[in-house]
Amino acid sequence: MKQTFRTTMLAAAIAISAALGTGAGAQEIKVGGLATLEGPFAVPGQDSMRGIEMALSEANYTAGGKKITLIKASSNANPDVAVNAARKLVEQDKIDILIGPLSGSEGLAVKDYAKTQPNTTFVNGSSAAQDTTLRDPAPNFFRFSTDGAQWMAGLGEYVYKNKGFKKVAVVAEDYSFPYTQVLGFMLPFCQAGGKVPEKFWVPLGNKDYSSVIAKLPQDVDAIYVALGGADAINFLTQYQQAGGNKPLIGGSITVDQTVLGSKGHIRDSVIGVPAAGPIADSWDNPKWKAFVAAYKAKFPDGLPSPSLFAHAYYVETKAVLAALNQVNGDLSGGQAKFRQALSKLKLDTPTGMVTLDENRNAIADIFLTEVAVGQGGVLFNKVIRVIPQVNQTLGTDKAKFMALGPVSRTNPECK
Amino acid sequence: MSAVAPPSTAVGTLARGRAAQRRYPLRPQHVIVALLLLIYPLVATDFWTLQIGAQALLLGVIALSLMFLAGYGAMVSLAQMTVAGLAAYMMAIFGVSAIPLSLGWPWWIVVPLSLVIATLFATFVGALSVRTEGIYTIMITLAIGMAVFYLAQQNYTVFNGFDGFKGLEPPVLFDVNWRGPLPFYYLCLTVAALCYFAVLYLSRSTFGLSMQAIRDNPRRMRALGFDVNLHRIAAYAIAGFLAALGGVLFAWYNGRVSPGSIGIHSIIGILIIGVMGGLRHPIGPFVGAIVYVLMQTFAIDFIDRERFNTLIGTVFLLTVLFSSDGLLGLWDGMQRRLTAPRARRQRSAVPSEEG
Amino acid sequence: MRLFILTFLNGLTLGALYFMVASGFTLVFGLMRQVNLAHGSLYLLGGYVGYEVAQASGSWFVGVAAGFASMAVAGLLLQVVLFRHMEGQDLRQTLVTIAISIIAADLMLARWGGLTYQFDPPEWLFGATPMPLINAYPTYRLALLATAIVIGLLLWFFLTKTRVGMMIRAGVDDRAILSATGVNVQRVFAITFAIGAGLAGFAGVVGGTALSIAPGEDNRYLLASLVVVIVGGMGSVPGAAIGAVLVGLAEQFGLAYTPTYGIAYTFLIMVLVLAIRPQGILGRPT
Repeated sequence: MKQTFRTTMLAAAIAISAALGTGAGAQEIKVGGLATLEGPFAVPGQDSMRGIEMALSEANYTAGGKKITLIKASSNANPDVAVNAARKLVEQDKIDILIGPLSGSEGLAVKDYAKTQPNTTFVNGSSAAQDTTLRDPAPNFFRFSTDGAQWMAGLGEYVYKNKGFKKVAVVAEDYSFPYTQVLGFMLPFCQAGGKVPEKFWVPLGNKDYSSVIAKLPQDVDAIYVALGGADAINFLTQYQQAGGNKPLIGGSITVDQTVLGSKGHIRDSVIGVPAAGPIADSWDNPKWKAFVAAYKAKFPDGLPSPSLFAHAYYVETKAVLAALNQVNGDLSGGQAKFRQALSKLKLDTPTGMVTLDENRNAIADIFLTEVAVGQGGVLFNKVIRVIPQVNQTLGTDKAKFMALGPVSRTNPECK
Repeated sequence: MSAVAPPSTAVGTLARGRAAQRRYPLRPQHVIVALLLLIYPLVATDFWTLQIGAQALLLGVIALSLMFLAGYGAMVSLAQMTVAGLAAYMMAIFGVSAIPLSLGWPWWIVVPLSLVIATLFATFVGALSVRTEGIYTIMITLAIGMAVFYLAQQNYTVFNGFDGFKGLEPPVLFDVNWRGPLPFYYLCLTVAALCYFAVLYLSRSTFGLSMQAIRDNPRRMRALGFDVNLHRIAAYAIAGFLAALGGVLFAWYNGRVSPGSIGIHSIIGILIIGVMGGLRHPIGPFVGAIVYVLMQTFAIDFIDRERFNTLIGTVFLLTVLFSSDGLLGLWDGMQRRLTAPRARRQRSAVPSEEG
Repeated sequence: MRLFILTFLNGLTLGALYFMVASGFTLVFGLMRQVNLAHGSLYLLGGYVGYEVAQASGSWFVGVAAGFASMAVAGLLLQVVLFRHMEGQDLRQTLVTIAISIIAADLMLARWGGLTYQFDPPEWLFGATPMPLINAYPTYRLALLATAIVIGLLLWFFLTKTRVGMMIRAGVDDRAILSATGVNVQRVFAITFAIGAGLAGFAGVVGGTALSIAPGEDNRYLLASLVVVIVGGMGSVPGAAIGAVLVGLAEQFGLAYTPTYGIAYTFLIMVLVLAIRPQGILGRPT
């Protein structure tokens, strides 16, 4: 009996596999959306899905005369899980185009997987690791969002020249995304003549920063903090409690919506913090305002303003739709025409023009911001200036940039 | 007593060794299952072969090591995924990966080396945790598992921190790409079958019977002159070897290993697989693994994936609350109710099956 | 020198926080032989509830009280509704607590999202206190240390001077004899569980103010509780205090002097204790 039960289950499994394995109809294009709907990044993950849905519903779920079906998949920010989810979308649901994933190491893992699936086109979500496209890229992986180093464009120069910070200490989490951000900050900062005497890499998962704060040098002008979400808040609070009074400089996720929207004492300490990133909530620009208004109208229970994740997924989806329209939904011949269109695309987004470089990585505008108090005491990132068309090498000669080597704890250095 | 190790008549098990051996004759059903497992990849798509089939088999092997400890020794170790993950890490550190930290040694050195290191680690965990008894095991092994996770995540000189290792690949041997869905499935099937029969064999060996007697009454076994702790440590070593085998497959399946692979979710995942399937018979972990993998893959198509953890947690809770031994236990219960007279006969023949 | 003193104080105050969480854990374990792996969830939930109440009432102290009270009630319910029916089934109870922690973590994520919550303690608790040698030290962390000492004393008083406390201690030593003396063991169990869970909730608010509350904190404090209790001795409250200070110091000195091996010291302490004294520093052999 026991065995019969198992036999039946196996037979059922095989039957389901045969039934689900049928391909898509010719008049339909299947798009897979991959974001972190579970775990600590669940809130950004949900916002990412809002971005995709917003772009698709604006196009009425059609592009190039074909109907678009969206199939969602989720990970928990663990790269293993992200690849499993991507594999399910590609091999089981037979999607034509994948949009995702959300975080850096997931992006690197999915890029590697993309190489084994030449017939599917992979479009990045919001993952921002440099080497997803810079080194050893996959020919079918496109990124219409910018990487963590690009996000820092203009910040290093700004704090050196306008704020007069000559010596800055760095506090950042110990993994690849903050390394990338630190590189993006330090490269122009050091070129301008600034010095970074010490960098503190804080182990991930550590919440008690008091020992790091105790070690911070007293003779610096400011502290550059690249921590995300909960960690940024923990650090800022403890720094304040320890009587710290140096001005702060933020990474892109240090003073994002999560931090600005958080409750408690921290609000006081982030006012006036300069930072840079791919979006700025309060940019006074009609296209951006229309985007925010549309987001708020469509998702009344969403975040107060679209996060950079919603924005990234929205832009990527827009790119897919635009390219599909250009080729009339023709995905034949290994999607060659479609990919050609993607590479050549000049995309008009809520944050300006986006084009791709030869590694299929975005060249886009970056926003230099400062935290300010808005109406009703709401904190927001006020735009100081827009850095136009930042490329992946931050304007440096590509050969020189590549010669710097991959980012790490000790690269770059300017003591 | 505990949920997973129903007491049987203590030392009597030893004496029943011969009888126990006759309890699992080769039936036609066994042949059918074996055949189905063999032809499954020929009918199934690549996705079903690899992601469902192979993944369930390799997770089943890791959970089997838990079943071995819990079922025969009443030691519920939460460090089995850690042992497997350590084997995977060793594959990456000594073998070939895309990270410069890797030493790049050939696979025929790296695979045995990883197995040995992971087994030694498991033995060490065993030696630490057998010094206390019962429920302490869970605490100690969970603490060890989480400590290793945090260490792997925070350490860059050995474990490459948060990013871990990627670009792990099985060797190309006899002109076969062992990462291909079909070869990899058969590789997993072979390992799983070997482990399954090894556990079945061990459970009826003198060692296995002593383990079960120790599980039921350690004091009496000690009085009989058995070195209880040594037996338990040996069980940890054997289970560690099984988990390490699963870990090697795990590394090849994912092509990568990172702290997330050995995090609390993965640790609990193996526990859920074991408990959900049933910890009394070595087939349990594989049944649990199939159900777990199917749920993980397809839950999003039926319910909101956002609440996947609530779903799996609830299934787990209900299993623990309502079945003494996972799905196998439920199945046994149903079977008994359907064929009551036969079951009664069985019961009288095999008193150790009931509490 | 300044760094050493600061690190020492940091370790001590972190240990104070760990003690508050772990004392409840060890109490429950000692008496009922139940490993409550949902203890971290109680910590986090207590923090969230405390936050909501503090926001609504405008008083941080009311929030602290609510954190304690709500989790005490939750613990009482868990004991009466679930665990009471599984008495003596150690493993089953433990598996149930794991299931509860998985579900609770997910439901808390659904309710409170991935945001980080920060408490608003009274002004006089926030900021720095001037100190010799090290200039200044966060006032709140000093208060944390004082609170832990007070809690330790209260627990000591409760366990040695009150009738219920003595019953609990008797139960830790020998459960069977306790019930044989005619004491209503179920009531003692329920009270203990309520206090243990309440302490977790209390620590959720107090600890959440020192750091912050966010998803994932449940696991961190669960690990801390496990290690503290293994090191200090299972079931021993003074043991938990020693264990907490040891672990807190190890973590902070690790972080200050050898950052990427911080957790390894914690692990090392646990291994050493298990090798030399398996029952923990102040634990009694089983």
